[in-house]
Amino acid sequence: MQRLNLKQLAERSQGFAPGHRACAGCAFPSIIRMLLAAGADYNLVIANATGCMEVVTTIMPYSAWPVPWVHNAFENAAATIGGIEKAYKALVKKGKIKETGKPVKFVAIGGDGGTYDIGFQALSGAIERGHDFLYVLYDNEGYMNTGIQRSSATPMYAHTTTSPSGKVIPGKQQPRKDLTKIIAMHRPKYAAQGSPAFWNDLVKKFQKGLEVEGPAFIAVLSTCPPGWGTPENISIELTKLAVETRFWPLYEYEDGYWKVNYKPRKFVPVEEFLKPQGRFKHILKRPELIKQIQDEIEKNWEELLWLESRKPKEE
Amino acid sequence: MEKGKFIKMALTGNEAYAYAMKQINPDVVAAYPITPATEIVQIFSKYVADGLVDTEFVPVESEHSALSACVGASVAGARVMTGTSSQGLALMHEILYIAAGLRLPIVMAVVNRALSAPINIHGDQSDTMGSRDSGWIQVYTENADEAYHSVIMAIKIAETVNLPAMVMLDGFIISHEMEVVNTLPDEAVREFIGDRKPLYNLFDFDNPITVGPLDLQDYYFEHKRQQMEAMFNAKKVIPEIVKEYNEKFGTDIPAFVEPYRLEDAEYAVVAMSSAAGTMKEVIDAWRERGEKVGLLRLRITRPFPYEELRKYLGGLKAVGVMDRAESHSTQGGPMLQEIKAALYDLETRPKVTGFVFGLGGRDFDDEQANKILEMVKELKDGKELPLYSFIGVRE
Repeated sequence: MQRLNLKQLAERSQGFAPGHRACAGCAFPSIIRMLLAAGADYNLVIANATGCMEVVTTIMPYSAWPVPWVHNAFENAAATIGGIEKAYKALVKKGKIKETGKPVKFVAIGGDGGTYDIGFQALSGAIERGHDFLYVLYDNEGYMNTGIQRSSATPMYAHTTTSPSGKVIPGKQQPRKDLTKIIAMHRPKYAAQGSPAFWNDLVKKFQKGLEVEGPAFIAVLSTCPPGWGTPENISIELTKLAVETRFWPLYEYEDGYWKVNYKPRKFVPVEEFLKPQGRFKHILKRPELIKQIQDEIEKNWEELLWLESRKPKEE
Repeated sequence: MEKGKFIKMALTGNEAYAYAMKQINPDVVAAYPITPATEIVQIFSKYVADGLVDTEFVPVESEHSALSACVGASVAGARVMTGTSSQGLALMHEILYIAAGLRLPIVMAVVNRALSAPINIHGDQSDTMGSRDSGWIQVYTENADEAYHSVIMAIKIAETVNLPAMVMLDGFIISHEMEVVNTLPDEAVREFIGDRKPLYNLFDFDNPITVGPLDLQDYYFEHKRQQMEAMFNAKKVIPEIVKEYNEKFGTDIPAFVEPYRLEDAEYAVVAMSSAAGTMKEVIDAWRERGEKVGLLRLRITRPFPYEELRKYLGGLKAVGVMDRAESHSTQGGPMLQEIKAALYDLETRPKVTGFVFGLGGRDFDDEQANKILEMVKELKDGKELPLYSFIGVRE
């Protein structure tokens, strides 16, 4: 696998066009450029779930996509890419199209609503059936396209318009669903969590996810300035803090084994990640609630290290 | 194949569907089991397992994903088929509109079954009547033989006009009854349908396309208007393809409607699917008694054959429309309302009443057929009848 430097990344990002309508500070255009750069060795076909990304990149008659791209509906990106992949296989088998040039790779992209929630079944089914595809989740922790509603990716105590911080209830009451682990337990060829702040790690993960034959899944933390209540210029810093606080650990699952890709030397308290975000403003003066979030992080981290401790037997 | 030299096979409705699919040999089939359509996917999976087709079969985890995968595969240029029934079709509802709006010629074999609640696995048409405005061509067949031929024709029709098509037969009554089906040799089927020629190539990586973009106030309407143009075109194309098929193979499949003993009729009933078969028998008996009564079998409901309905029904004194589905409007079943609307602009038009019958697979028998004919005759003779009546139900 070729290790790509920043210059190469810029050259390989395949011209994901400027002029799309993503909000200032939204992280997913950076994530997509990294995906396209990692995928420059292949011919990519993309199926995109309904959501912010679909809406802002393809306003008829414009399209920001430099590769074949299909949008079907909200909950079925995984089923759609499965159909495309099978069609390609069938058409090649029957000699109706020729395999030429770079190998073809199939990618589905969805936000957390389309992945954790409404598209969960289609994703689970597509992985179980072993379609050859990479699913990229850009996780901005809520239904941002419809105006910031809670999803099962929304962290505990975050304020959204359907988990508002009220006089009695301080935001979302439940911790997030641990989707990457759930997907890993489908035993795909590859599963990982990444962050755009750790671009080297993320690009490598995209390369791995594209390289394997069979299902692969990569969850990437994305930011949403309007949804998170954050300034537009700290997005990448935030996705770095999320990793340094272990709120969003970087790890991968491969051949049945787990690897934590980054272990912060010094654990930054989660409060540092919460502080700049308006969606957590209401709990900043309630240390007992912050402690709950911190406790959850410690528990998950411990579990992750325990998973990692099981090493393959030496031959 | 020599015209009229069919290969006679004893097949159930589901087997006829599956056999047609085998001969069509689609590139991709994505499907999910549901009573009473399960056999279609069962039989087809066996064809795949035995290497009798080289289709990529996608045994999805739901009907929603079945049609979603079909959409993906069809966008990719593949010839795509699926099959379902009732709740399965209801679960596909969202994607039905997307398949039509993206102008994808997917063909679906549907076995008509009642919708829940209460849950019921038997035949009525509430499922597909609930999909009538989804933009699919809709063909209701009377028996397994017609279903077989209709599925093959549907491939060519759908791919000619770039719209999806669903072909229906009645749950259990046809899906599970064995009949003689006049099949064609494989080569004849393949020659008739040819290869799909998609308008765009998703795998032309030098000229990448974006499919399914956000389409707002400035373009959406034009695209929907174009979609309607395709449906207007289907009205022209369907009779041409049906005629070509009949002439080539010696079948006698009607296009939109089948007139039965209407020549000198004074009154008639409109029926669909297997109930039309029962009604034909009863009308024969009435004709023997000298009654001037006939039947118009409605075969295709999308596009809606209002011209044919005007032509055959316009000169009658009274018409009874049979619906094996409710519209819950209190104004009668869906076909009663559409047929009334079709006749409204005529200067002289028949009196029309409706009948809702056979819900949840309730048998439609001679007694009910006689009752319907008696009531339509009374309507012809000037008796006032309700807007519509329920036939064969305990009240």
